[in-house]
Amino acid sequence: MSLLRRREAGIALALLLVIGVTTVVQPGFLFSAGGWRDLLLTPAILVVLAVGQAVVVITRNVDLSVGSVLGLTAYLTGRLFIDAPDLPLVVVALAAVAAGTLLGLVNGAIVAFARVPALVITLGTLYVYRGVTLTWAGSDRIDAGDMPRAFLRLGTQQVLGVPVLTIVAAVVLAAVAHYLHTSRGGRQLYAIGSDPAAAALAGLPVRRRLLGAFALGGALAGLAGVMFAARYGTVSSGAGTGMELQVVGAVVVGGVAIFGGSGTVAGAALGAMLLLTINRALPVVGIPDFWQRAVVGALIIGAIALDRVLATRRSRRLAAARDADPPGGTTAVGPAAPGPDHDRTRTEEATA
Amino acid sequence: MRSHARPWWQRALLTREMLTVAILVVAWVVASATVRGFDGPLTITYLVLDIAPVLLVALPMTLIVATGEIDLSVASVVGLSSVTFGLLYQAGLGLWAALAASVLLGAVCGAVNGALVAYAGLPSLAVTIGSLALYRGLAVGLLGTTAVTGFPDSWTDGATANLSESPWPVVTLGLLALAAVFAVLLHATPFGRNVLDIGRSSEAARFSGVDVRRTLLILFVLSGAVSALAGVYYTLRYGSARGDNATGLELQVVAAVLLGGVSIFGGRGALHGVVAGVLLIGVLGSALRLEGVTVNVINIVIGTALVVSVVAPRIAGGVRVRRRASTSPRDGSAVAQRS
Amino acid sequence: MPNAAPMLRLEGVAKSFGPVAALRSGTLVVRPGSIHALVGENGAGKSTLVKIVGGVHRRDAGVVELDGTPVDFGGPAEAKAAGVAVIHQEPASFPDLTVTENIYLGREPLRRFRRIDRRAMRDGARELFRSLGVDLDPDRPAEGLSIADQQIVEIAKAISLDARVLVMDEPTAALSAVEVRRLFTVARGLRDAGRAVVFISHRLDEVADLCDTVTVMRDGAHVSTDAVADVTPDELVRRMVGRDVAELYPKVPSTPGEVALRVEGLESTGTFHDVSFEVRAGEIVGLAGLVGAGRSEIARAVFGVDRYDAGRVVVGGRVLTPGDPAAAIAAGLALVPEDRRLQGLVVESSVARNVSSVALRRRRAVLLPGAEAELARDWAGRLAVKAGALDADATTMSGGNQQKVVLAKWLATHPKVLIVDEPTRGIDVGTKAEVHRLLSGLAAQGLAVLMISSELSEVLGMADRVLVVREGRIVAELDRAAATPEAVMRAATPGASAVAEGGAA
Repeated sequence: MSLLRRREAGIALALLLVIGVTTVVQPGFLFSAGGWRDLLLTPAILVVLAVGQAVVVITRNVDLSVGSVLGLTAYLTGRLFIDAPDLPLVVVALAAVAAGTLLGLVNGAIVAFARVPALVITLGTLYVYRGVTLTWAGSDRIDAGDMPRAFLRLGTQQVLGVPVLTIVAAVVLAAVAHYLHTSRGGRQLYAIGSDPAAAALAGLPVRRRLLGAFALGGALAGLAGVMFAARYGTVSSGAGTGMELQVVGAVVVGGVAIFGGSGTVAGAALGAMLLLTINRALPVVGIPDFWQRAVVGALIIGAIALDRVLATRRSRRLAAARDADPPGGTTAVGPAAPGPDHDRTRTEEATA
Repeated sequence: MRSHARPWWQRALLTREMLTVAILVVAWVVASATVRGFDGPLTITYLVLDIAPVLLVALPMTLIVATGEIDLSVASVVGLSSVTFGLLYQAGLGLWAALAASVLLGAVCGAVNGALVAYAGLPSLAVTIGSLALYRGLAVGLLGTTAVTGFPDSWTDGATANLSESPWPVVTLGLLALAAVFAVLLHATPFGRNVLDIGRSSEAARFSGVDVRRTLLILFVLSGAVSALAGVYYTLRYGSARGDNATGLELQVVAAVLLGGVSIFGGRGALHGVVAGVLLIGVLGSALRLEGVTVNVINIVIGTALVVSVVAPRIAGGVRVRRRASTSPRDGSAVAQRS
Repeated sequence: MPNAAPMLRLEGVAKSFGPVAALRSGTLVVRPGSIHALVGENGAGKSTLVKIVGGVHRRDAGVVELDGTPVDFGGPAEAKAAGVAVIHQEPASFPDLTVTENIYLGREPLRRFRRIDRRAMRDGARELFRSLGVDLDPDRPAEGLSIADQQIVEIAKAISLDARVLVMDEPTAALSAVEVRRLFTVARGLRDAGRAVVFISHRLDEVADLCDTVTVMRDGAHVSTDAVADVTPDELVRRMVGRDVAELYPKVPSTPGEVALRVEGLESTGTFHDVSFEVRAGEIVGLAGLVGAGRSEIARAVFGVDRYDAGRVVVGGRVLTPGDPAAAIAAGLALVPEDRRLQGLVVESSVARNVSSVALRRRRAVLLPGAEAELARDWAGRLAVKAGALDADATTMSGGNQQKVVLAKWLATHPKVLIVDEPTRGIDVGTKAEVHRLLSGLAAQGLAVLMISSELSEVLGMADRVLVVREGRIVAELDRAAATPEAVMRAATPGASAVAEGGAA
């Protein structure tokens, strides 16, 4: 636990450092109404997506279709406003979340029942969901004029200096974090990701939990779609394209192990904030924003490398501890070196 | 003892790869019969020109997936090499030198991936999602939103020219040659055997003296170099070097490789299946386009085909797999559970 | 309570895996308040029987009754729910969760709003450990727990589930003496609380020390059940082996030649220390010790699969590059590893590819169709491998035939030194004798053999010389005459009074 906490503290520290340095260069980055608002508002959508993705990744799966789900639900939101102008805002939002849930359930059902890797399945549904949106929308675009003023105001409105969308993201984060930490189901998600074979042997409801994780991921992508429509006011059929990689990047940077079992949604949320804050900070400190993606990529690689270094150091320490107190203490079989990750996908196959 | 349970030709026909080949043949015949203009010479020309980058990148990707790893950064390497090729040409370097330098840079990009995966032991999925962003970021950073154009006609025409009077573009020869090289590498050399062994059990391969790490490094370097070659082709084919060239190509490549019957778990796969997978996507694409169907529907078709190609054998083989699982005595079960 | 009604009763239970009958007729009757030993050689069917009791496998035939009611478990969870817990030698735990979470996973105590009551859970775990008399931090992650502690966690889980039948599958194989004593105290506590304990071991001294009843199995069938007091250890061994020991270990005396393998000061932090020994051509050297003492790790390091921190390995005068199995193979070293299915073979590959995977691939640049089959046919014939076809997957074969394939694969490289790690684990007695005859014959032809085995009788029956490893160090070297079971066990067991440095090397 202490290691996990340290990991998240590290990301938080990096985030503060980025904000601090940028603010020194240009005080308006933090100390202006617009700067403060952007700092909180920009990451809100990615945070919601990252929380959902973290839950899926913790179970040793991945959902690459989130960008397409966001696009589809964002378009659905706009479409509902045009086609059914009398619907209350809440109903529209719920409809989009429900649609996202359904799309997530499709992914989850295929992964859980056909026992095929989520990477392939969600790569396929990435195409399919995007194709559906493209076919449905065509070259059509939903503009701010098509959506109610009250809805669009949510995208920029602030309550006590905090943007509404940020509040939404914070509530989602708190709720999911609470679930993962304090419910039986939440702990089982970690157990499944930690060792899928052992989870099945222990009689855990693996399929139901996987369905739940994918459904939650889909629901949050649907919510992100609604937030996207409110925030940007325009939705084209390409909304959210390529976002899946940013989301997975945020989760990995936030310390959620790509092979499951460890990490927290708080870390994933911090990872999302760090990525987007760096993006905004680069131009301020004089680096053309063309280089944003390169920095993000370097950050992702750096984060997984760091995680490996920490893990290796820990297993070294355990090995040394074995030498320190031999009799009555511990004996262990197997190599001291950490197992190569190449084998992990095979373990999944063995469980199938 | 018999060496084979069935004659070789039966075994060759009853494979997962041949299913893709068969579907390809059916698709081609149906398209020729029902889609107006599909059997025209232009179809073949454009089909080959369009699939060339996908096919090129799919060749090393086949071997990487066969080891159980993946390289998602390939399209970014295509983009980066397109940019460096353009910039070096603009800077006055000869085209051959620019090509060589770009391919070298691609190899370096692949080596970075390979070192992180093989020697640092990081998961290739995460590493190459990172380097996907990194290499694309470098490409976009170097050129911004501008493009380098004005390559000599002899080169741009060469990229699209046909073999004398035939509908086949000149690049067909290069594609065939390279595909043959990779087919031999995978199917008839110790290296290829080791690649498949790593995919089936990297532990057992290590105990047989296979240098698993070096093998993976070589594969990622190959992937980078061939992707860079595809980047140069892409640049010449469209006459323009841009930072966002070939964005999203990695998904098409992975889809084609899996459609071609390579197991995402590693250990199974054949090159002719992958070539058929690439062609199948190309044929579906051009047939649907000729029918006036938009690219969106093609995406749906590709995505569905990908899901079905993985799920169907799983469902069909489900009974068989379960039976086999319960018939294998688990003398090493404690280890198997813990690994 | 020897006359109480049986808590667990198995009668004539059978189970086959494809062509291999792992269990022909398993019979076991366990009463409450009893510790019941189940003994037999490797491959006698004990583990299969345990897996049927624990719900991992479904039986093909026979009767299983719990408290007189017939049961048929569809999975381990069902067995657990019915009150049967199996403690495996290396329990599967969730490394990322804490010890407490591992114990209560899926049935955590809840507070209001179905939230997990962490304090109650931690207190419960602490109470369980206290009642077991062990000192374990309930908040530490399961990652990095010793095997002994993992077993304790499993036992704590079983008790919190109120399991009435606890089956311990060779729990002591990897434990130190102190840990074994702790485990025995725990087991006696369970017995006195009226639970039924099944204790699997092939260490007869432990059986005599702990158990009240003993059931012997051989070749997948029940042989006998007696009170421990009524049967001598010698009689038990006779029943377990069921044949003349000399027939099983056809050791041909040989004259050692040049030093083929020399290991000098090999050192690996946390695993083994200052390991030095020699193996001469024509000699079989046994490496004995407890599971987990570091024998396999030494073999892996010598072969180059694992790295080492200091020392060197010399084969036929050449110093090997550390961590480079290819160099070791080129110098004439071969390793038949401990785990056949994970390390020895690529089980999804054909017999032909497996046999030729090292020898042929080192010689040829291009592999034409048929080349592999040719080499494989030759070697499969020499070792009498039974397989449907050379292009059949190795998965489909029995353990004994798989082991022959591994041996064929390495013999095809014409090695100077052969290291075999548990060469006969989990294979039938007939093939076992074949493997022994083969090793003996190879040594007679001048091959240097280093043999690791957990089966003492195998080491003593086959080796010219025995090296004993304890906690990562070679603590004794005994020649054939001095290598008695007592001498080896005394050297191998930590905490034993005097270290036996006996025997002229």
